[in-house]
Amino acid sequence: MLRYVGRRLVSLAVSLLVASVVIFLALEVVPGDPAAYMLGINAQEDTLAALRAELGLDQSRVERYFSWVGGMVQGDFGTSYTYRTPVAEMIGDRLWVSLPLAVYALVLSTLIAFPAGIWAASRRGSPVDWGVMGVTQLGVAIPNFWFAMLMVLVFAINLRWFSAGGFAGWENGLLAGMKSLTLPAIALALPQASILARVMRSALLDTLGEDFIRTARAKGLTRGQALRRHAVRNAMIPVLTIIGLQFSFLLAGVIIIENVFFLPGLGRLVFQAISSRDLIVVESVVMFLVFAVVMVNFVVDLTYAWVDPRLRGRR
Amino acid sequence: MKTFRMAALACVMAMAAGAAQAKTDIVVGLNLEPPHLDPTSAAAGAIDQVLYANVFEGLTRFGPDGSVNPGLAESWEISEDGLTYTFTLHEGVTFHDGSALDAGDVKFSLDRARDGDSQNAQKALFEGIESVETVDDLTVKVTLKAPDGSFLFNMAWGDAVIVAPESITEIAQEPVGTGAFVFDDWVQGDRITLVKNPDYWGEPAKLDRVTFKFISDPTAAFAAVMAEDVHAFPGFPAPENLPQFEADQRFQVLVGSTEGETILSTNNKMKPFDDVKVREAIAHAIDRQAIIDGAMFGLGTPIGTHFAPHNPDYVDLTELSQYDPEKAKALLAEAGYADGFTTTLKLPPPSYARRGGEIIAAQLRAVGIEAEISNLDWAQWLEQVFNGKDFGLTIVSHTEPFDIGIYARPDYYFQYDDAGFQEMNTELGGEADPAKRTALLEKMQRKIAEDYVNGYLFQLATPTVANAKIRGLWKDAPTQATDLTGVYWED
Repeated sequence: MLRYVGRRLVSLAVSLLVASVVIFLALEVVPGDPAAYMLGINAQEDTLAALRAELGLDQSRVERYFSWVGGMVQGDFGTSYTYRTPVAEMIGDRLWVSLPLAVYALVLSTLIAFPAGIWAASRRGSPVDWGVMGVTQLGVAIPNFWFAMLMVLVFAINLRWFSAGGFAGWENGLLAGMKSLTLPAIALALPQASILARVMRSALLDTLGEDFIRTARAKGLTRGQALRRHAVRNAMIPVLTIIGLQFSFLLAGVIIIENVFFLPGLGRLVFQAISSRDLIVVESVVMFLVFAVVMVNFVVDLTYAWVDPRLRGRR
Repeated sequence: MKTFRMAALACVMAMAAGAAQAKTDIVVGLNLEPPHLDPTSAAAGAIDQVLYANVFEGLTRFGPDGSVNPGLAESWEISEDGLTYTFTLHEGVTFHDGSALDAGDVKFSLDRARDGDSQNAQKALFEGIESVETVDDLTVKVTLKAPDGSFLFNMAWGDAVIVAPESITEIAQEPVGTGAFVFDDWVQGDRITLVKNPDYWGEPAKLDRVTFKFISDPTAAFAAVMAEDVHAFPGFPAPENLPQFEADQRFQVLVGSTEGETILSTNNKMKPFDDVKVREAIAHAIDRQAIIDGAMFGLGTPIGTHFAPHNPDYVDLTELSQYDPEKAKALLAEAGYADGFTTTLKLPPPSYARRGGEIIAAQLRAVGIEAEISNLDWAQWLEQVFNGKDFGLTIVSHTEPFDIGIYARPDYYFQYDDAGFQEMNTELGGEADPAKRTALLEKMQRKIAEDYVNGYLFQLATPTVANAKIRGLWKDAPTQATDLTGVYWED
């Protein structure tokens, strides 16, 4: 098990290093001068030079790469060009919106998908199965931003149950915060739940054809009992893989939803930072997201080992 | 501090629940969030949108009609030769941190803006200043290098507001000004809150609390106003939805004018645009009304030169560039381009450019000019078009007030180089007599119209959607500001 964890940790470190180089180079080739953007069309050459010097943009690329990576190792993500505040602080603030939103969506998606998938698999070919498959097909096909706008129209403009967007802030209580994240979380969860329910169903159906299920049935278990006691656990590997991918997707994929609901999260920060060429913010946030994705994958790998003891001993 | 804010919030909520009194808080939607809160070191209009007149004030200030009124200076005297301005400051003005405003603060602000290390985006406004001296606590003497008829106008800009040396290091996050509202809180990415300044030196604000919400997505803006989460939205980004608000009794729609001359900028040094016949042909190939209707949903006033139609000195020269595709073709043939030519049309992000660009490209194609569209974001536009001058045509709205002087700068991105115009502009700078200024301005407008420097399209309009009970909002936008000092709710 230790060896397994060790190997995963090395691949994690290599992923991060490669990612930092790719991110830095990719953003360096993007045309546009942050100083010129900030000072606009009436700026004079000496003013621009003064600002570039203050932002450290007059240093070479290599110098800037190493000071960026060096800082990050110590937890210092640099200072935003436009906002003039430490990037680490900004990520911290925004994370209080994006992370709960992603977790909320993931929980919703799992709560919907598991029962739906198990139900459909246990009644294969029945109207229930057809119904679940039909609805999830629709769920996969509907773009989440469009679904989001539809929900705003119904629940915010017509029924007035929710506000049309914005974030109430955790300082006003857990419920107020959760309420402002509810519509965005549903919008994010719908396609994810649909995918997950379909994966759950097909993974279960695969397992139900296995010999050990036939043995369990032969021992006298009903189809339902065999499914719950034996099949679900064995179907977990593909399902966990999908959940891991989905969580990464949710963290990175909140950009559009955060803009639809004007939530002050990481996605909106990146969006603003790209257009204002606040490269240090873009680089650091993307790096942070890469780190989060790599960590999630690492946790998923560990979970595989937990649900499937065979993986622990494997070289 | 945080507990205080929460207590204040609880009070506001309790008052809202009481509901009997007229509301004294307002939520204002804005398209763009300020990058930081120092109006004297960035071009971002979003900073002035939140802070100008509300938190920060200058020696002079813009009125709702664009006129220049006394601000922190209650009066001024101009010397005979037009070189010395002696400003008398209001008595008893304090900054929000409690310190008194004195002549030293004015000297500090103006010297900081024109300093070698200055990061002021409009440094040119201060370049005419020779020296700033404090005469006594409330008197400042500004000496100019040459007479400048627009000096008082320049001092009204958001980039010329008066700041204090004590609070300057924190200004980007904790702005301290002299205005009728005090900065309270900024939740980045979401909102900025201002509260009423109880110690304001002038007419106190009628609102107790102002929250600016930043909503860039047009659909989200529509939803927020419809759901009444936002009470007023200046510069509403979805003009296609305005009829819906107009038909709804809960809302009022104000359509005002801005300082934004929207033009088809033309690279005057590039072939074939260096030939005035080609530029004239383009002017006649463009149907302005079709662009206003198609791209702006009917909002906008056609212009025939680079000057705001609401300015008293404006001359309507749209006749010079009437829509006449046949004439355009004839002019192209005369210039030797009977078969047309191919050029680039580089478009920045705003919808006037993206939507307008498609229409203009189609109109140009009708006379044989093939304009290849490329969509750029602002940073790319600045680099390629504005600084690199690597473009044939582009569409942009010049939002700076009173900016006809850019035609006197031969290295400006559209590269119009005409000695006659430059002379007129210099003359205007030294002219203080209103009648002579009007005559000169008319000549200048005519000159650039007859030279067809750029395709003059329309004056950008700004729609404001607001709750029907709100009074005192500015209809026009003579500068990028949301002056809320006179705004109140009707009972």
